[in-house]
This record gives sequence, structure tokens and C-alpha cells, in this order.
Amino acid sequence: MKNYNLDETYIINPQEESALSAKQVTVSYGTNHVIHAADLNFPRYKITSLIGASGSGKSTYLRCFNRMNDKIATVGGQIMYRDTDINNPKINVYELRRHIGMVFQRPNPFAKSIRENLTFALKKNGMTDKNELEMRLETSLKGVALWDEVKDKLDQSALALSGGQAQRLCIARSIAMQPDILLLDEPASALDPISTAKLEETLKTLSDQFSIIIVTHNMQQASRISDYTAFLHMGHVIEYDETENVFTNPHVRATEDYISGNFG
Amino acid sequence: MNPKRSNQIATGTIFGLVVIVVLILIGLIGYILFNGVPNISWHFITAEAQAFSAGGGIRDQLFNSLYLLILTLLISFPIALGAGIYLSEYASDNWITNVIRTMIEVLSSLPSVVVGLFGYLLFVIKFGFGFSILAGAIALTFFNLPLLTRQIEESLRTVPNLQREAGMSLGLSSWKTVTGIILPAALPGIITGIILCAGRVFGEAAALIYTAGQSAPVVDYLNFNPLSPTSFLNPMRPAETLAVHIWKLNTEGVTPDAHQISSGASAVLIIVILIFNLGARALGSYTYRKMTATK
Repeated sequence: MKNYNLDETYIINPQEESALSAKQVTVSYGTNHVIHAADLNFPRYKITSLIGASGSGKSTYLRCFNRMNDKIATVGGQIMYRDTDINNPKINVYELRRHIGMVFQRPNPFAKSIRENLTFALKKNGMTDKNELEMRLETSLKGVALWDEVKDKLDQSALALSGGQAQRLCIARSIAMQPDILLLDEPASALDPISTAKLEETLKTLSDQFSIIIVTHNMQQASRISDYTAFLHMGHVIEYDETENVFTNPHVRATEDYISGNFG
Repeated sequence: MNPKRSNQIATGTIFGLVVIVVLILIGLIGYILFNGVPNISWHFITAEAQAFSAGGGIRDQLFNSLYLLILTLLISFPIALGAGIYLSEYASDNWITNVIRTMIEVLSSLPSVVVGLFGYLLFVIKFGFGFSILAGAIALTFFNLPLLTRQIEESLRTVPNLQREAGMSLGLSSWKTVTGIILPAALPGIITGIILCAGRVFGEAAALIYTAGQSAPVVDYLNFNPLSPTSFLNPMRPAETLAVHIWKLNTEGVTPDAHQISSGASAVLIIVILIFNLGARALGSYTYRKMTATK
């Protein structure tokens, strides 16, 4: 692999209102530092992609934002959400995760009915009103364009859905909590091209109501759907800019090599 | 030797081994049923055992076995469930956990006679329980806990980690995730564990001879007060189980029809285990379908 100067970076500060801003975030497993002082401002109601090679730390970085690294790794620095540092150990993580939802690489519906998949967490969080639960169910499924496909089998097992449907169900499950921010960790990597296209369309629509941060392997995907793109390499944020600029006019050599396929 | 040929030989060998297992099983069960079933009658199941004359039944022994099974499961299942959840979901992967796991494994290979003698010394003598169903149930709990705990732990572990992450990402606590998502998904494995344990309890004799005793006192099946000494529900009364009864008939039985009774009782034992097996599986899969909405 070529050696790049990891201090050579180009990071912009978007003008829009910020949904989340990471300051000096570091992640380490014991003495092994995997993320180094990454600063990023994620704008509200936009889609931001995190791209980079395998092992560049993009997923680990993403998982800091709803504290999914707790008990696994040590996360330093500040992550500001609505004037609160959510990296503070005193933060109620359960409450936080209702504001910042996450969708994973492999679709992971619960072994329950489609209806229960969406309403289970709501009910556990104390929502008892049947009408409201029904309404959340319907709007969430419509939000991911799954309603028409499943409305007649809401009481059947979610495990019978296809991969693409299951992944959209998982997104619906997250948005049913009415979060502010959606974190997606390579949500399309286990899907076929048609399901991927549908998923991307869904994400585009959802960005009207949610701020979305998505980790992806697929550079075409990043350029198709995201407004901003951050390129990570060896735990460093190398470049962060509007997506168009990153792909047409990258400032840093490492970024240019990565997007043109000359990397490594 | 070409690959095709060696594959044929391997397949043939494996098939042969399976046939041996199946033949042994069919032979054993067939022998027991063939000899036992002709001795089973309504009278046999509902009559009291006779000490000296022919024509005795197994009513009390059969009930004792079932009652002991229920009591044992009532005591051991909650403990094993808690321990299993702890080991699979909460215990960190360090040497203490490994020591606990190793100890559980060692405990599971303890001979049942040793468990029985231990129960005899501690509960029957030291705690003054006397020969009683309760002492038997606690001894069998010791006997069963390791197996049940491991089985529950394993079935919880087979639920993919993705499910836990999904629960966490929705703002659910570990506890709510475990009880609401992981446990229902692990139910079939847990049911298997209960069935295996039930079989062991039902068939156990050695540990019970010293704890639940070898006598079946006359009890009143209409007396529902568990504190009354004559009640069939009284856990402090001695209770000879079916397996112990079979053992006793074959070692010191003096009734002229000891052999017939023992054959019949063995058949009943197998049939009841089978019924329990099928019943637990049916109930388990019904609950699983209810909880997971699978067909």
C-alpha cells in the first residue's frame, strides 16, 4: 500500500445547520488507536456518506454517534448533538438511541411479525395507545415504500421477507421511533442491485425528515445519494466536502487515488 | 482409489453406523414395549402397589414420578434460566467465567449416586427433611442444573448478535432486549433442554433411593392441602418413583408377579416420557409460533 501523509487533509465546515458535530473523536481498543481526532460537522436534513477502504474505521466512527461502541472500545472527544455532548458517560444512552437510530449491514428483523417488529420497541418504551401504534406502523412502512408490499401480511413473520424488504423494514423500525438522525452502516451491501436502487430512493425521500449518515463501500452509491462525503483512511478523516467536489475535484492525493481506483 | 469410490465407501460406512444406532434403539424400545404393554391395564395404572401378593399396580409410583418431575423443574428451571442468561448475555469473557463454566461441566458429570448420597447427608439427615419428595427434587436439581444451564446458555448464544444490536439501537436496555427478543427466539432450544432434563428426572433411580426414599405411603388424592401429611401434594412425604419401583422389584421384589409389574412399569415409563416429549414440543412450538408469528 502506498504511504500517504495522513496530516494532509481537506475538511470543510458546511454552512447549513448542524445535526451532529464530532470534535476530536478518538477510538481505541486498549492501546490500539483506530480513529484519530476526527472532526466533522454533519448538516441537518442532508445525506452524508462515509467512504473508505475496509478497515479505514468508517463503521467504527459511525458507531460512536449512538454509543454502540460502549463496552467494546474507548471513545474520546466530544460529539455534540443539540448542544449536548453525547459522548459524556452520564448521558442516558437508551434515550439517546431513540433520537439517533441505526440500521446495520445485514438486515436484522426480529423473529416476530412485521407489526411487532415495528411496534415492539414503541410498546416497551411505554406507548400503549392502539391508534397511535397503528399510525406509526403505517407511516413508517409508507416512509420506506414497503406498505403496499406488506399491508396484507402484517401479522406474518418478518423473517419471510426478502433481503431488500427486510432491510427497508429495519429502516422503518428505526424511523418508527421518530429519530432525528439515522445512521446506516453499509445498508445495501447484502442486497441485489434492484433492491439497492429502491433503498437509495427511500433514503433520498427520508432525507426530507431525517439527517442521514451512511457508511458505504460503494462509491457510486455515495455519489448518487449523498450531499456530503467524507473520505476516511487509516482512522483519519482525509477529506470532507460536498459530494460533487469530492468526486470531481478532490483536494487530497489519497482521496483522488481512492476514487479513481489507484489506491493501494 | 478415486474420489467417487472413496466417497461411496464413506457414505456407506456412515449409513451403516446410523443403522446400528437405529437398530439398538428399536431393539431396546421394542423389547420393553413388547414385554411391558401386555401387562398394562387400567387396573395396573390405577391400583396401589402390593408388597406381597400379586395384582399390584403402580398408581402412587406413577404419580410420584410426575410430581417429582414438576417440583424439580419448578426449582431448577428458574435458577438455570437466570444462570444461562447471565453466562450468555452478561458475563464478560474472563477467567472467572471460564472457571464457572468448567465447574458446571464437572458438576454435570457427577455420578447420580454421589448426588443422591450428598442429598441424603445434607437434606435428609442434616436439615431433617427425612426421605421426602422435596429432598429428592433438590437433589435432582443439583443433578440437572449443569445440563439445563448449559443448554439454555447455548440456545441463547445461537441467537445472532445482530438481534441484540437491533434491540440496542432502538434504545432498549439489555434486559428488555433479552426478555423480549432473545428469549423468544431461543425458545425451541430451551424446550429441548427441558425435555432432556425431564427424561433424566423421570428415569433417575440412584439419586432418589437416598433422598425421596423407597416407600410409597398411602395418600389421599382428594386432599388438596399440601401441608396435610396424608395429602398427595405434601412435598415432605417419602415417595417411591416409578424408576425406583422398577429397581426395587428387580432387586428385592417378593411379589409373585414382580417380573410382570416391572415390565409393565418400564413400558409405562417409556410411554410417559414419550408423551411428555411430544407434549412439550407441541406446546413449545405453539408458543414459538405465537411469539414469532412464524407458520
